[in-house]
Amino acid sequence: MKKIMLLPFLALLFSIPAIAQGYKVGDRAMDFKLKNVDGKYVSMSDYDSAKGFIVIFTCNHCPFSVAYEDRIIEIDLKYKELGYPVIAINPNDPVQVPADSFDEMIKRAADKGFTFPYLMDEGQKVYPVYGATRTPHVYLLNKESDGLKVAYIGAIDDNHQDVKAVKSRYLEDAVNALMKGEKPAVDFTKAVGCSIKKAAN
Amino acid sequence: MKRFIAATLLVLSVVTISAQDIRVLDYRQLKPYLEKKNDTTYVVNFWATWCLPCVKEMPYFQKIHDQYAGSGVKVLLVSLDFVNHIESRLKSFIQKHQLTPEVLVLNDPDANSWISQVHPAWSGALPATLVYNRHSVDFYEKSFTYEELEQIVKQKLENK
Repeated sequence: MKKIMLLPFLALLFSIPAIAQGYKVGDRAMDFKLKNVDGKYVSMSDYDSAKGFIVIFTCNHCPFSVAYEDRIIEIDLKYKELGYPVIAINPNDPVQVPADSFDEMIKRAADKGFTFPYLMDEGQKVYPVYGATRTPHVYLLNKESDGLKVAYIGAIDDNHQDVKAVKSRYLEDAVNALMKGEKPAVDFTKAVGCSIKKAAN
Repeated sequence: MKRFIAATLLVLSVVTISAQDIRVLDYRQLKPYLEKKNDTTYVVNFWATWCLPCVKEMPYFQKIHDQYAGSGVKVLLVSLDFVNHIESRLKSFIQKHQLTPEVLVLNDPDANSWISQVHPAWSGALPATLVYNRHSVDFYEKSFTYEELEQIVKQKLENK
């Protein structure tokens, strides 16, 4: 009897860290269907000709996200023609952070002229699967024969404060490697960012 | 013109003087603060004035500082505010909230090079807190209630 009661508990114990860790490089990434600022729903399966995706968890309110907005637009303009479009996802709970509400996302996307979809992670179901912890947090996905594979996780580059002082463009280097049919030399980096704001239970 | 130069010098000297109040460090300079080996228990909080959960829990760190300084606890607040916001935002925040623990600014943009050195478990999200003494280091990438934070500090004091 004791064993039987223990089993579900143990299963729970082991499954929680597995979920919390999210994707590692090489893992197959799940698709999603999330609402864009134009009101339409976006999935990666909508993009027939894409070779992969630059999925960026980002938001309105975080200064690190704001510091990267112009760079994300540039990266999207440069790489979507080459088959790797940017898809931005706001993972924050709008009750916790009103500045990250859907209406505010619409405004921000219009003000900045976002060239990429800016999706709301409604119900916060996507970011935990990916394992995003902060904004901005990048997942570069590559389309392979058996699905979308995570090719790079981490930062956009090595200097959020000053674009002129950037020495390593981690994300662009990784995309360039994929386009050459190579694996990124650096496939995981860390950056300071704003914690993702979970809904209160 | 002379007036302009005089005014500029005045502004510069004021900036210089007030900038001395809060030390701005790169990671190499911060590192010794994270690995002191003495009788003190250190509570090192990584935060920023624009980080909402950090701001919310700041009174708890102040309270730990107030209540446990006599028990050998030192609170250190490592701000990741942008350097050009030290005058405009950080200092006014410290004044407004009457923060008395030591505040340092970590200005080292290549965060990938040092986040894992602070602690391997840190993804880089704020807030993050190290609680350490010469025996052990605990790391938390989360927000606290005061009770949670106090419990962690108490446990650390028991293992001195």
